[in-house]
Amino acid sequence: MVTYAAPIDDIRFVMNELFDYDNSIPTLPGFEDATSDVVEAILEEGSKFCVNELLPLNLPGDAEGCHYENGVVRTPKGFKEAYKAFCDGGWTGLSCDPDYGGQGLPKTLQFIMSEMIVSTNLSFGMYPGLSHGAYNALSVYGSDDQKQTFLPRLIDGTWSGTMCLTEPHCGTDLGLIRTKAEPDGNGAYKISGTKIFISAGEHDLTDNIIHLVLAKLPDAPPGSKGISLFIVPKFLVKEDGTPGMRNGVTCGSIEHKMGIKASSTCVMNFEEAEGYLVGEPHTGMASMFVMMNTARLDVGIQGLGLAETSYQTAAAYAKDRGQGRSLSGTKAPEKAADPIIVHPDVRKNLLTMRAYNESARALAIWIGMEVDISEKHPDADRRQEADDLVALMTPIIKSFFTDYGFEATNLGVQIHGGHGYIHEYGMEQLVRDARIAQIYEGANGIQALDLVGRKLGQGMGRLLRRFFHPVAGFIEENQESAELMEFVLPLAKAFGRLQQATGWIAQNGLRDPEEAGAASSDYLRLFALVALAYIWTRTVKVSMEKMDERPDFYRAKIAVARFYMTRLLPQSSSLFATIMAGKAPLMELEEIAF
Amino acid sequence: MKVLVPIKRVIDANVKVRVKADESGVELTNVKMAMNPFCEIAVEEAVRLKEAGTASEVIVVSAGIAQSQETLRTGLAMGADRAILIQTDVPLEPLAVAKLLKAVADKEEPGLLLLGKQAIDGDNNQTAQMISALLGWSQATFASKVAIDGDKLNVTREVDGGLENINLNMPAVVSVDLRLNEPRYASLPNIMKAKKKPLESLTPEDLGVDVTPRVETVKVCEPPARKAGVKVASVAELVDKLKNEAKVI
Repeated sequence: MVTYAAPIDDIRFVMNELFDYDNSIPTLPGFEDATSDVVEAILEEGSKFCVNELLPLNLPGDAEGCHYENGVVRTPKGFKEAYKAFCDGGWTGLSCDPDYGGQGLPKTLQFIMSEMIVSTNLSFGMYPGLSHGAYNALSVYGSDDQKQTFLPRLIDGTWSGTMCLTEPHCGTDLGLIRTKAEPDGNGAYKISGTKIFISAGEHDLTDNIIHLVLAKLPDAPPGSKGISLFIVPKFLVKEDGTPGMRNGVTCGSIEHKMGIKASSTCVMNFEEAEGYLVGEPHTGMASMFVMMNTARLDVGIQGLGLAETSYQTAAAYAKDRGQGRSLSGTKAPEKAADPIIVHPDVRKNLLTMRAYNESARALAIWIGMEVDISEKHPDADRRQEADDLVALMTPIIKSFFTDYGFEATNLGVQIHGGHGYIHEYGMEQLVRDARIAQIYEGANGIQALDLVGRKLGQGMGRLLRRFFHPVAGFIEENQESAELMEFVLPLAKAFGRLQQATGWIAQNGLRDPEEAGAASSDYLRLFALVALAYIWTRTVKVSMEKMDERPDFYRAKIAVARFYMTRLLPQSSSLFATIMAGKAPLMELEEIAF
Repeated sequence: MKVLVPIKRVIDANVKVRVKADESGVELTNVKMAMNPFCEIAVEEAVRLKEAGTASEVIVVSAGIAQSQETLRTGLAMGADRAILIQTDVPLEPLAVAKLLKAVADKEEPGLLLLGKQAIDGDNNQTAQMISALLGWSQATFASKVAIDGDKLNVTREVDGGLENINLNMPAVVSVDLRLNEPRYASLPNIMKAKKKPLESLTPEDLGVDVTPRVETVKVCEPPARKAGVKVASVAELVDKLKNEAKVI
């Protein structure tokens, strides 16, 4: 069984000491009540629910998986009760619109809560997560009628939602979809086609399932400009708002997957199912992107959440597992062996996990706060600025967090040795669950293309400046500090490499887009490493200032920061070198020779 | 009928307790604190009485440092209507707490005082009994079932030999045991509402109670580590050791 306690202490540090939450978020209109003391009370109670209710279902849910029989899907034992308790607690409506029954709390809080849910049961989190995606799209593009009908039920969790994008022949390139929508003459549409990999497409947790489906109208222009978005409920909604007749949408089968086995991944067949157009015809891609942008940040947090559980479990194991003796002489003479945490290499693995986790959490909370600012700040310039930064960091968080999440959960297995490879310890499940996050919601390679192809050039590098300026400013402000020197110097060096690589991509990518493509994933990782170095250096600065208040806590922060700067950040040199090698070594080998 | 529920802020049940380096007490700096688990059960029971229409108002009260407010807010989030904090930095002993609670009970005139049988920090199991004596009310300790029948109270108590059913007059003091109920999670809307519920702050002086400690703590230390056992060669040797060394038979 895995060990997990919600990292509330660290969250408190990030919100209050690193980012001044109380002067940034509760000052926004509508968030007056979301002060840090209320946030803390919410996180305490939320973490209790996650640890006591969701965590015990995680390993058994993985072993049992979902059951499919005659179009009906049953979730593993205990999921239904836990889902009901989750809805009763009001957790499904955390950051949703109070006009439709939500709690109207900041997205920042939603991100933090997401991390705790993922840490304790990612499969469970998929169900409310998908509903939230549907909620997001409908709350922006739905008509008033559609909002009245669907939002309150998606918010209170009695109905759930899906995102039906992928088809057997297309995932990344949605312009190729074949699902058709024919007007039925009464203002609605008949939707026909097959969608695959539909998370929460069919299950036994809710009274109704609201599918958001991408399809093409008869007069659709070709490619992604011809896609429209439709609402297709599993049960048609009666006049009184309750579920009525079964609609023409059925689950053909569920996938047998590597991980997230308690989350049902469905093949959905639409046969002249009744659907309702969302927004204008042929604008489905834009609506989908509303869903996907926040969903991408959420998926990034999945990497962090799983890595956190892996770290906590591995750290506890390494302190307990006695095996051999320390290389520098016996440390626990009263025992038959020293705990394996005495070994430098074991410590390296643990510190790698921890250094990424703590800085990734801080980056996620920072960007979460910027999401809130981008939506609520009274000043339009400040909103734009925040929106730019979120847009820039979204592919980085999605991609880097899930990549390191997979690396970190693997290290967790390694620390456990053979026991890590065995199901009952829960460590190999974390690896399998982490693997999908690198793929879905836009594969990580696509995220890297989004970064170099779309985000870098946007507004003549305007997005980029939203990150580069604060980093450059911080370096300049602190470069004279003797105590910070050992942190600011490597940050400045890595930042210099990032600037140089950016310039190189801008120049060569413009001439030859394949050069940008060849550099993209290494560049994204370089960017992420610099972002985390910036977070760590700021963390050290705060820790030094506050040292006397909690010496143990801040000393640990500084030690982990030192590890990051000296043992992880140097990857930036090799990434810089591979970027500079250009596309030639990737393109030389003839296709036929592969 | 009003129900008064005294609650206590203690070290979280999942935290490993450590003694301070100077052996003056238990280390509380930067340690996670929470509502005493027995108190949670008392709050839950009171809220259920309110939901059933038996109680009209549930008041949570706590005595201690300013941060006890957080614990009171937890009680409000679970469903209590209002809270009273008796704020003091003086370390409180059971008798002082009982006197403070008597003063609050005199003011509020509840029909029922529901509280945990003990707090997991001191494990004293004294406060409920003391309040009952000070107020001159009937008491039922270690309750695993509470049923109100008009102005009578039927309580099932957990005693060493099993269960005991008793019948008492109200007003009464009832201390609750672990099996009485399973406390709920506070729902998100209720956590939000808790911030707006009234929380009154008093001091021991306001209530005219002297809380000066009567007991002096000389030293707090870890229990001695257990020594390794010895293997005996025969039953005879074992019996001999039990008789002459351990002197237990």
